[in-house]
Amino acid sequence: MKAGVGAPDRAQISERTYRTDRWWAYPLSTGGILLFFTAYALVRYFMNNYYWAPEEHYLTPLYSPCVNAACVPGSSHFGTFIPSYASWIPLGIITFLVLLGFRATCYYYRKAAYRSLMFSPAACAVPEPAKKYSGENKFPYVVTNGHRYFFYAALIFACINIYDAVLAFHGKNGGIGMGLGTVIILINVVALVAYTLSCHACRHIIGGKLKHFSKHPLRYRYWQFVSKLNPRHGQFAMISLFTVIITDAYIMAVSADWITDLRIFN
Amino acid sequence: MVQVQVERFDYDVIVIGAGGAGLRAAIEARQQGKKTAIISKSLFGKAHTVMAEGGCAASMGNVNEKDNWQVHFRDTMRGGKFLNNWRMAELHAKEAPERVWELETYGALFDRTKDGKISQRNFGGHTYPRLAHVGDRTGLEMIRTMQQKIVSLQQEDFAETGDYESHLKVFSECTVTELIKDGDRIAGAFAYWRDSGKFVLFSAPAIVLATGGIGKSFKVTSNSWEYTGDGHALALRAGATLINMEFVQFHPTGMVWPPSVKGILVTEGVRGDGGVLKNSDGKRFMFEYIPDVFKGQYAETEQEADGWYADQDNNRRTPDLLPRDEVARAINSEVKAGRGSPHGGVFLDIASRLPAEEIRRRLPSMYHQFKELADVDITAQPMEVGPTCHYVMGGVEVDPDTASSIVPGLFAAGEVAGGMHGSNRLGGNSLSDLIVFGRRAGLGAAEYIDALEQRPKISESDVDGAAARAVSPFDFPSSGQAENPYSIHAELQQSMNDLVGIIRKEEEVQAALDKLAELKERAKLVAVEGRREFNPGWHLAIDLRNMLLVSECVAKAALLRTESRGGHTRDDFPGMDSKWRNTLLVCEAYDDGARVTPKEQVPMREDLLELFELSELEKYYTDGELADHPQRSGS
Amino acid sequence: MSYKGNFKVWRGDADGGDLEDYVVEVNEGEVILDIIHRLQATQAPDLAVRWNCKAGKCGSCSAEINGMPRLMCMTRMSVFSESETITVTPLRTFPVIRDLVTDVSFNYEKAREIPSFAPPKNLGLGEYRMKQQDVERSQEFRKCIECFLCQNTCHVIRDHEENKENFAGPRYLMRIAELEMHPLDEADRERAAQEEHGLGYCNITKCCTEVCPEHIKITDNALIPMKERVVDRKYDPVVWLGNKLFRRSGSRH
Repeated sequence: MKAGVGAPDRAQISERTYRTDRWWAYPLSTGGILLFFTAYALVRYFMNNYYWAPEEHYLTPLYSPCVNAACVPGSSHFGTFIPSYASWIPLGIITFLVLLGFRATCYYYRKAAYRSLMFSPAACAVPEPAKKYSGENKFPYVVTNGHRYFFYAALIFACINIYDAVLAFHGKNGGIGMGLGTVIILINVVALVAYTLSCHACRHIIGGKLKHFSKHPLRYRYWQFVSKLNPRHGQFAMISLFTVIITDAYIMAVSADWITDLRIFN
Repeated sequence: MVQVQVERFDYDVIVIGAGGAGLRAAIEARQQGKKTAIISKSLFGKAHTVMAEGGCAASMGNVNEKDNWQVHFRDTMRGGKFLNNWRMAELHAKEAPERVWELETYGALFDRTKDGKISQRNFGGHTYPRLAHVGDRTGLEMIRTMQQKIVSLQQEDFAETGDYESHLKVFSECTVTELIKDGDRIAGAFAYWRDSGKFVLFSAPAIVLATGGIGKSFKVTSNSWEYTGDGHALALRAGATLINMEFVQFHPTGMVWPPSVKGILVTEGVRGDGGVLKNSDGKRFMFEYIPDVFKGQYAETEQEADGWYADQDNNRRTPDLLPRDEVARAINSEVKAGRGSPHGGVFLDIASRLPAEEIRRRLPSMYHQFKELADVDITAQPMEVGPTCHYVMGGVEVDPDTASSIVPGLFAAGEVAGGMHGSNRLGGNSLSDLIVFGRRAGLGAAEYIDALEQRPKISESDVDGAAARAVSPFDFPSSGQAENPYSIHAELQQSMNDLVGIIRKEEEVQAALDKLAELKERAKLVAVEGRREFNPGWHLAIDLRNMLLVSECVAKAALLRTESRGGHTRDDFPGMDSKWRNTLLVCEAYDDGARVTPKEQVPMREDLLELFELSELEKYYTDGELADHPQRSGS
Repeated sequence: MSYKGNFKVWRGDADGGDLEDYVVEVNEGEVILDIIHRLQATQAPDLAVRWNCKAGKCGSCSAEINGMPRLMCMTRMSVFSESETITVTPLRTFPVIRDLVTDVSFNYEKAREIPSFAPPKNLGLGEYRMKQQDVERSQEFRKCIECFLCQNTCHVIRDHEENKENFAGPRYLMRIAELEMHPLDEADRERAAQEEHGLGYCNITKCCTEVCPEHIKITDNALIPMKERVVDRKYDPVVWLGNKLFRRSGSRH
């Protein structure tokens, strides 16, 4: 080991690390989760099916908004202004790109991915395997600087998800109703909104960029609110990942008639 | 004889010590156009000043408009029991506000008042909220601010000369062992690098000592290893005099448990913000310990004391905020009377007085310190505290205006200088002392150089001698058992703590002097193993000489002063004696040790004396001294 | 209460060295630095260690304990089991001088490269007015005790010696953030943060925050806000276009 901790003049220590704690647990578990979600999302997007439960009015967040002419009737809450395209391209491609873009450029997921997928570093004071390192200075990593645009998009999508959730209060016999799916969708929306609002770019835009809070009392209060959420951004990121998967899986199962939605009323 | 290889540097001003006073002196000297070096035993920015927590006293009047320099001056003189050098106290009170504001221009970020000024907090002995502060890490803020100002000056030099260090350089981890003179004048300093053990010679016509205190001669102390009295000892050996060495401040609240952190400071800010002292009966005992001289100035009931935090115009302050010497003695008495806490201290309770959130906000590093070092949550439990050696009021006798010692070219500022605080220092007056007299020392040194006709020269024989003395601990004694520096240090700390500590009596001080004489002989046999590269045993062996010399001054002065005043408490002479008020005990190097002689102080200037009520002066002064007082002669 | 603890301490210098085994007495309430001091006083008088305050306030006694960068004075023995062998090594990012002491001059050089506080020219002594809410962000960063644990643990330089030239490290990127958020600082620092001091190297893996003994949220509160400010200046096409069209001077309010 010549580079890094083995560089000349540094204390010559043969072990890579003397850490005795379970430092590998975080990269291992996080890496597993990230890979699982990616695989799950890919499968679901290319499935191009089971995204809308017509009786219950459940739309999976992975396909929302469904604006393609090929979307099944009822699933398009905002019209179908995009003509249908080749059937192998997922219907939810835009949603996929926004979702992926927001999460991939997210300051928390960057940490998670650098640590667990690239071991850069896997854990603090554990040497990374790569010989060269240039950080986020070069393509493709420099793209992460565009996080705020994905944030804007994610904010719009979060609003759409809220709208979808309202529509999910649809009774099987018309009027207002509620099922287990509605609850799941609601929980997911809360998790998504918490994740989106606690974003570092949001914190910056809302007030962090100001030099003098005292001259902008209202924005200061918003900033304080976001700053309270922000330390839990990582938790919200992981929670919302699972709620999205659970919501999608539930709606898929209902849509495919593998299970019947448990109705609370109507 | 060792082959001496010595690195050599030429400077105009050398500042020894990189704490608040040293950095401020260096900034001033450099701004006066002098080529300046800072020599520090530690890394740059680690000086003991970072330990100062509560704040920096300056009568800016931001929180209470009634505050002004006269009030600050009076508080300082009272705190020091009128033994202070009144001119220093005057300069200090007058100049502190400007020095604090100056720090803002360097980038300091003090806590703010509602209208955006520097916020000021209450502290023991100060009539009004007066301490500029940053939470409870004010010292860190000051040291960092001045460190960054030095970097900023270096950047200016870089822009001009292409060399960051062309006019101002920091020599960190470098210890000065001797000052070198040319005739009666300062000519330079001899030092070694701590990392390589190699020698360095600085030639400079002016040297500013800013080495801090002597606390490492005591066992229970809030001071770090650097506080070995180097500056005091260097000054003595160079022919300068020390005054007031019998006055050692024991901070009333140091941690007492666990043993490994015993002595670490608990800021007075805890009490300033509402914390109260209680004994094992749960009683707030300070009400019983208000001394006569302070009667009428402090609250006499708990109700009034509690009311004071919110309404200072209609209530008197709590006796928990009496000057430090009073509080330390009170705690000592409570413990002796068997009303102490389980680990030999008393309780300091803030948990029951402020909401947890507020405690964490106002005293973050105290919360942190107890949580991590003692596993005590100060928002839920009381702290256990007891007195700890904190500060030495005594130091190099200097001219108040220029900070010059009696040796031409030798200046001193900060804790190593004596006089300013008299027999007891008020909390918060130390940080302001550093910047007021740090600046004056830098200025004094620059003026001294300007008036100098010829640059002093260093003789090679002095250099050889210094080198030989520096490496002598590596020579094992030809006969007899070699001594371990760590053991001698431990014995010194124990005897100073037990025999010349917070309460003193003649036999014990005499016993300490006998012990010191023994240790001094044994110290000659100290021998260390290993090489010169970063060898802590060797470093300690060198520092030990300073500690022994300075401890001798402390003990001898303590034996001579047959009264109790401020930081000097004699069990056998418990009262304050007006006849001693104006007497300074002057310590100078003599033979192989130290000699202490009394000396009268210059009487206070008339206009300053008139700032006090006659009735107050009568508590401290002799009748003869007050015979000419206008209120008396007029009546 | 007291027991014999097993320790491995790295002894050596730039030419080489190795872990040495020691058995040292451990008492209740002690921290690693107490053990090192006991070692010095009883078994290894020339064991080199740097320390000052022993209260977590000066940031001198940084080392790696069981592989984790920590302050020796703030690592309590009670977090280890009595049977455990504890490894103490010097910081592994900086050149070693001897035993547990490393040459941290890299950090002081980087400090000099950060342009200093640029005070307002029209304000005299005592005329500075700043609101508490405006100074609080920078105050958090000024809690820094310069222990350099963040610099030591940052993989950008720990694992890549060659990046030392172009990367200021978390401590000094935080210093830029501190000045950038200082209510009265007048300098423009965003571009330089990215182009001269290497903010782009940071991949926000948060080890600096993890090891900070002062619990400063270096990544969340200093580095990421700085990155966002750099985006405002350098990477944001909308802001860039807005500035072109409306001739605003960036995001200074």
